[in-house]
Amino acid sequence: MKKLNFSIGKVPDQAVRIGTVFILGLVGALILRHHFLPESFGELGHYRANAIPGIKALPLHYAGWQTCGACHEDELDKKMAGFHKNLSCETCHGPAYDHAVVDPTASTPNVPRAREACLTCHGYLPSRPTGFPQILELQHNPMEPCIKCHNPHNPAAEQVAPACSGCHGEIARTKAISHHALLQCETCHTAPPEHKENPRQFLPKKPTNREFCGQCHSKGTQTSGTLLGVDLTSRDIPKVDLETHGNTYLCWQCHYPHYPEGK
Amino acid sequence: MADKINRRDFVRKVVEGTASAVMLTVCGPMRSLANASEEAATEPSAPAYDATQHYYGMGVQIDRCIGCGKCADACKSENNVPREPFYFRTWVERYVIDAEREVHVDSPGGGLHGFSPPAAEEDILRSFFVPKLCNHCDHPPCVQVCPVGATFKTQDGVVLVDQDYCVGCRYCIQACPYGARYLHPEKHAADKCTFCYQRITKGMLPACVEVCPTQTRVFGEINGISSPLHRLMKMEEIQVLKPELNTEPKVLYTKLDGEVR
Repeated sequence: MKKLNFSIGKVPDQAVRIGTVFILGLVGALILRHHFLPESFGELGHYRANAIPGIKALPLHYAGWQTCGACHEDELDKKMAGFHKNLSCETCHGPAYDHAVVDPTASTPNVPRAREACLTCHGYLPSRPTGFPQILELQHNPMEPCIKCHNPHNPAAEQVAPACSGCHGEIARTKAISHHALLQCETCHTAPPEHKENPRQFLPKKPTNREFCGQCHSKGTQTSGTLLGVDLTSRDIPKVDLETHGNTYLCWQCHYPHYPEGK
Repeated sequence: MADKINRRDFVRKVVEGTASAVMLTVCGPMRSLANASEEAATEPSAPAYDATQHYYGMGVQIDRCIGCGKCADACKSENNVPREPFYFRTWVERYVIDAEREVHVDSPGGGLHGFSPPAAEEDILRSFFVPKLCNHCDHPPCVQVCPVGATFKTQDGVVLVDQDYCVGCRYCIQACPYGARYLHPEKHAADKCTFCYQRITKGMLPACVEVCPTQTRVFGEINGISSPLHRLMKMEEIQVLKPELNTEPKVLYTKLDGEVR
C-alpha cells in the first residue's frame, strides 16, 4: 500500500491534515450559515430588520380625538369647554378608526347611556385619588341615568358651584363622600368677605383647639336637637373623652376633618 | 506523480469551495438590499419615519390613576390581544396596605372592567392603583435570553417581538422581571407591549395613552427636548420598577409607593 503524503514543505503531515479539516469545517459553517440565516438578519442588530415594516403596518383601531373632531366639531367644542376636555372621544365611545377614517357609514361607535358607564370612573373607590369627583352609587340619585342631569360632553351639573367649592373643589368632593358630608364649610371656617378677592391676604379662620371638635365629639355633649346647624337626632356621632383621648395632640393631627373616617 | 495531482486537486477544490461560499455570503445581503430598494420604490408616498431620530418612553403618574381600566381595554382592542382574562400587554393593579401594614395586591381581570370596593374599607391605611406594562428596558433581559434573535430593541428604543421568527420557547417570558410577556395562544409566539408601534411610527399616541381619562400615562421622547414626557422627567421625581436589576426601564413612575413590586 502506498503511503499518502500531504506534506507541504516542512509543515508536518498532521498539521496539514488538521488544517484541512478546519478549513472544510469553516467553509461548511459559512455555507450552512448562509442557508439558515434569514434575510436581513443582522442589518440593524441581532434580529431580522425586515420584521419591523410588518409590525409598523399592523391595522389601527383608535383614530384619535383630532380625527373625530374634524367632523363632530360641535361635540368637540362642547367637550373642550368642560371638565372632560382632557378625555379622548374613544375613551367612552370605543375604538372608532373604521368609522372615522375608513367609512363613516360602515359602523357607528358605541354610545354608552347607562349609569354603569359613568360609574366606571365616577363610582366611589377608596383607592382613587383624593379629590377625583366620585359618587356613592346608592345615595346619589339611585337608578337614575346620569345623562338625565349631566351632559357627558360637559358634565358639570346645572347648579352653579357654591362659593367655597368653586376653588376648593378637591376638599368639597372629598367631604361629599365622608361622614362630614352634611356639615357646611361655615360650620368650622369663617371667611372674611375679602377672601374671595384676595384669598391669600384675607385667610379664613380654622379651628385652633381640641375643644372645637369636642363640641360634637366629647363625651357628655348633647345628643338631640341641633348643633352647629346639624340635626343631631338619630345620628351616631362618635364620642371620646377629651381628657384621656389622644394625649396632647390636636384632633386634626390624626383625623383629617374633611374625611374623618380615613385612617 | 499521483501524490502531486492529489494535492493540486485538493487545493483547487478547497479554493473553489471557499470562493463560492464567500460569494454566496456576500451576495445574500446584496440581494436583500436590492429587495429593500424595490420596496421603497413601490411605496413612494409612505411618510418617512427615521427611527434614529426618536427614543421613546412612557411616564405613569400613580397619583392620577383612577383604576377605570380603559387603558387595558383599549390595548386589547388595538392589538387584538385575546379577551381571556390572563393575556395582557398592560393591566392595572390595586395596592391596598391595611392597618397591619400587610400589602394586598389584586387585579381582577387585569382591571379591565374596573374594581369593586374592597371588603373592609375601615382597615385601609392607604391604597392606590398602579398601571403596569412592558418597561422597554434599555438592557432588556428578554432580548438577552432569546435563542433565535426574535425579540430585539429597535433603534427608537422599543422592545419588539418578531412573531414570524419566534419559536415559542417561552424563555423571554421567564426572563422578564416584570411579568410583561405572555404566549399568544393563536400565534404561538411571545407577545408584549409594543408602545403600539403601528401608531407611534405614524405620529399617533399609543392606544392606552389616547384613552386615559386622567393623563396618568404620558408618552414621549426620553432624549427629546420638548415632549410631554421630557417635561414630566424635568418636573417630577421619577422612579422605576426594580431598579436593583439594572434593566434601566423606560417606563417612568411618579409618586411610586415603596411597596410596589
